Amino acid sequence: MCGIVGLLVKKPELRDSLGEMMVPMLVGMTERGPDSAGMAVFSEPVRAKNRKFSLYAGDLGFDWAGFEKTAQSTFKGGCVLAVKVNHCVLETAADAAAVRRWLSDGYPGLHLLSVGRSIDLYKDTGLPAEVAARYDFRSMRGTHVVGHTRMATESAVTPAHAHPYTAGEDFCLVHNGSLSNPHSIRRKLELQGIHFDTDNDTEAACRFLEWRMREGDDLEAALQRGFEEFDGFYTFLMGTQNELALVRDAFACKPAVVAETDDYVAIATEFRSLAHLPGVDHAELFEPKAQQMYVWRA
Amino acid sequence: MNKLVELHRRFQEEGSATFDRSMIDYIHRAAATGLYEIRGLGAKRKLPHFDDLVFLGASLSRYPLEGYREKCHTKTVLGTRFAKKPVELAIPITIAGMSFGSLSASVKDALGRAATELGTSTTTGDGGMTSEERRSSKTLVYQCLPSRYGFNADDVRRADALEVVVGQGAKPGGGGMLLGMKINERVARMRVLPQGVDQRSASRHPDWTGPDDLAIKIRELREISDWEKPIYVKFGATRVYHDVKLAVHAGADVVVIDGMQGGTAATQAVFIEHVGIPTLAAIRQAVNALEELDMRGKVQLVVSGGIRTGADVAKALALGADAVSIGQGMLVALGCNHDQYWQDGAFHSAAPDYAALGVTPGHCHHCHTGRCPVGITTQDAELERRLEPEAGARRVRNYLKTLNMELTTLARACGKQDVHHLEPEDLVALTVEAAAMARVPLAGTNWIPGSSA
Amino acid sequence: MTPVEFDLRKRSVRELNEFLHRRLDGTRRVRALNPDGAHAIAVGINAPIDVDIEGHAGYYAAGMNQQARVTVHGNAGPGVAEGMSSGRVHVKGFASVAAGAAAHGGLLVIDGDASLRCGISMKGIDIVVGGSVGDYSAFMAQAGRVLVCGDAGDALGDSLYEAVIYVRGQVKSFGADAHEEPMTEADHAAVSRLLAEAGFAHDPGEFRRVASMRSLYNWTADANQEY
Repeated sequence: MCGIVGLLVKKPELRDSLGEMMVPMLVGMTERGPDSAGMAVFSEPVRAKNRKFSLYAGDLGFDWAGFEKTAQSTFKGGCVLAVKVNHCVLETAADAAAVRRWLSDGYPGLHLLSVGRSIDLYKDTGLPAEVAARYDFRSMRGTHVVGHTRMATESAVTPAHAHPYTAGEDFCLVHNGSLSNPHSIRRKLELQGIHFDTDNDTEAACRFLEWRMREGDDLEAALQRGFEEFDGFYTFLMGTQNELALVRDAFACKPAVVAETDDYVAIATEFRSLAHLPGVDHAELFEPKAQQMYVWRA
Repeated sequence: MNKLVELHRRFQEEGSATFDRSMIDYIHRAAATGLYEIRGLGAKRKLPHFDDLVFLGASLSRYPLEGYREKCHTKTVLGTRFAKKPVELAIPITIAGMSFGSLSASVKDALGRAATELGTSTTTGDGGMTSEERRSSKTLVYQCLPSRYGFNADDVRRADALEVVVGQGAKPGGGGMLLGMKINERVARMRVLPQGVDQRSASRHPDWTGPDDLAIKIRELREISDWEKPIYVKFGATRVYHDVKLAVHAGADVVVIDGMQGGTAATQAVFIEHVGIPTLAAIRQAVNALEELDMRGKVQLVVSGGIRTGADVAKALALGADAVSIGQGMLVALGCNHDQYWQDGAFHSAAPDYAALGVTPGHCHHCHTGRCPVGITTQDAELERRLEPEAGARRVRNYLKTLNMELTTLARACGKQDVHHLEPEDLVALTVEAAAMARVPLAGTNWIPGSSA
Repeated sequence: MTPVEFDLRKRSVRELNEFLHRRLDGTRRVRALNPDGAHAIAVGINAPIDVDIEGHAGYYAAGMNQQARVTVHGNAGPGVAEGMSSGRVHVKGFASVAAGAAAHGGLLVIDGDASLRCGISMKGIDIVVGGSVGDYSAFMAQAGRVLVCGDAGDALGDSLYEAVIYVRGQVKSFGADAHEEPMTEADHAAVSRLLAEAGFAHDPGEFRRVASMRSLYNWTADANQEY
């Protein structure tokens, strides 16, 4: 019930066109996922002490101006807010844990979508083309991007249930498929003190991988553990600060296709999303093999 | 003294609820054979079902319709969403998919004739479309199953509707099964299998997995059939609420849900009894899913799994189904578990054949053996002749007529001019479980357990 | 005779299929331009015509084909030629999962690799793959032949019935009930013919025969079967 897309540009001069290249890919997955869309963009990291927080206000008619004032006065040394419709990226050098606490205590209705030095994350309900227009995805620049379109089953199509899921910092995951043991994984992680927003299977996978990386595994080792623990059918596409990673389970029932040129590597659930990329006629096209990790570095 | 011995003996013969007679037999059987038990029919154990609901008929606050002077309409249309030619039925009672292979060709013929006379549809099964069924059944739903036995483009074009089978109530998550003694030359040829092999169908479709890919598969079938025929999606009742939503998103014109009482000709007993939810618990989930998507009336709902009487039909409709589908009941109408069969102008006793299976009429579930004493679930040339198509058709026709009469009787008693005007508020429940599952109040109260409303 | 052209950037797949089903009127050749990965292109044809799909096709290209000769001048998505009964489908690039699934007849040629489950549930089709095939190929294959010029992945021919697989390269592992058998004269002849029909110039002598042991055809408690 969804489509996934990913794009990593290999040449610095293409970073400015990342969004432009990505939007048709996302829109190409509309039929698979007409109800909501999400995108995580990774761009040059901000200063080491700073963190960016992607925030989503939903339909609240949220008072961003008031929010900014309070933020500025709370966090001496300032913060910068970039607001688009009902979304905002807040950048600050304040302690990340303190900011998270301040947000959850003071603004429980505001959704914290991501934290990191590179990542900005957007999720909203609506057709992919609408969501892309609302946040001006076309203008986004960066090194790599992970996107997702969703076919919802819940009546309230909430951002909490939309992908990409994030955990920790500068990490996100999108998923096509269905895990069959997500609740056991979630309970195991909850015992480790990890908090979940939903009972969604993708969130379980995301927090599992983030937990492994927090425990010292690199992404590959974390995914290897994932192969052992996850049951079901899945194609995962992940973004870290400088990598795009893709993996399919042993049955490989959920599709994925990759197009790679000297300029970019693009991934999508269906070729339809790749059909209009520049130079795709001469790209190396292939389907990722089952149970193999594909990692591309920005 | 004898009395004391007798008392002692009875005292010693203390049964266990956990290891009762049937459980002991089960373990003895497993120890002897090393294989799970395979049998026919659906879940046998007592489950919350339609019998636990009753209608609130007319009184001072609701006025009834006259028995036969005042019309009670039963016309039912399925597949209005996308198809150029929706399926139009005279009654909301259809005949469910049962394979040629599990059933004989004569049975498929008989079912088709009866359905045509009553203006309703039959459904193929896990063995493909037989010429007998296509000839005799005016409205034929063609199933596309994981096995794809006999599934071909010519029959797609010949069908009146297509039904993508994700699963069935008897075994949600499992594929069809037909044992070797029923794979005769014709069945083998139609299924492209060696004769005599114990056939197990796949449980997943070969070329799609998941609702997003189902959407593309449905599109393909629509393209092949030039958008003419409604496409049904059928699944066994498990996570009904989500599955119905996904089926609608995937493009289904009609959703068919089959509760755990749904029958089969051959499946592992453990599957039949322990997987899937009762039909009663499935209906409201399905209806809520459709209502939330604003698809009530646009995507139709067919309910199956233990529909036996006109009362069952009426209750299913009242809870929100657009139609019901009957499998086992049709076979019983034909003569399943009858102690006699009709052949060459006379009744004959089937008792010796039941005895040969180690059962008595009324307690037989041995469809899987192919030794059906009344010639229904068999491929044996000799036994097959015990079910004459015309005689069988007459019985099924009578059964359908009776069901429809009972349905309209109940609907009229509730003041309805159309059976599709029956609604949940016409019902109350007799038990807490039924009230919770069907989401209707316990009789005499306002209480619907399990709902916050 | 000039082929009839459909530019799928301007016209719908539905229009194309309707034309192929009902309005051929003696047309012998149709070209579908700019497929761009669209699904269900050229499905349900029942006429001896030539169709060229000029680019990459999505799912179910040439699905349930009868009599037609369909060529995909690019790659094909999942289920290419699924349910085909007759005719010929040729994929010049690679084919995704479930190529030729549940197909009853005809010939499917794939110049490149085929992904997982090539020939799953096949019922009489012949499939010739110039490259390699993925895991679970010929899963529950009932009849027909799969000829693999490259390698085969894991679980080749799991639950195989009467279909026969000819492999030239390595087999990563065999599925339940599948094993290698000696090639006979008839096998060599069949391989030669299939190679010729597909247009691949390999030595038939390099192919090995994989078929069913038929030990799972019937249940036996003592046989320690995996059920």
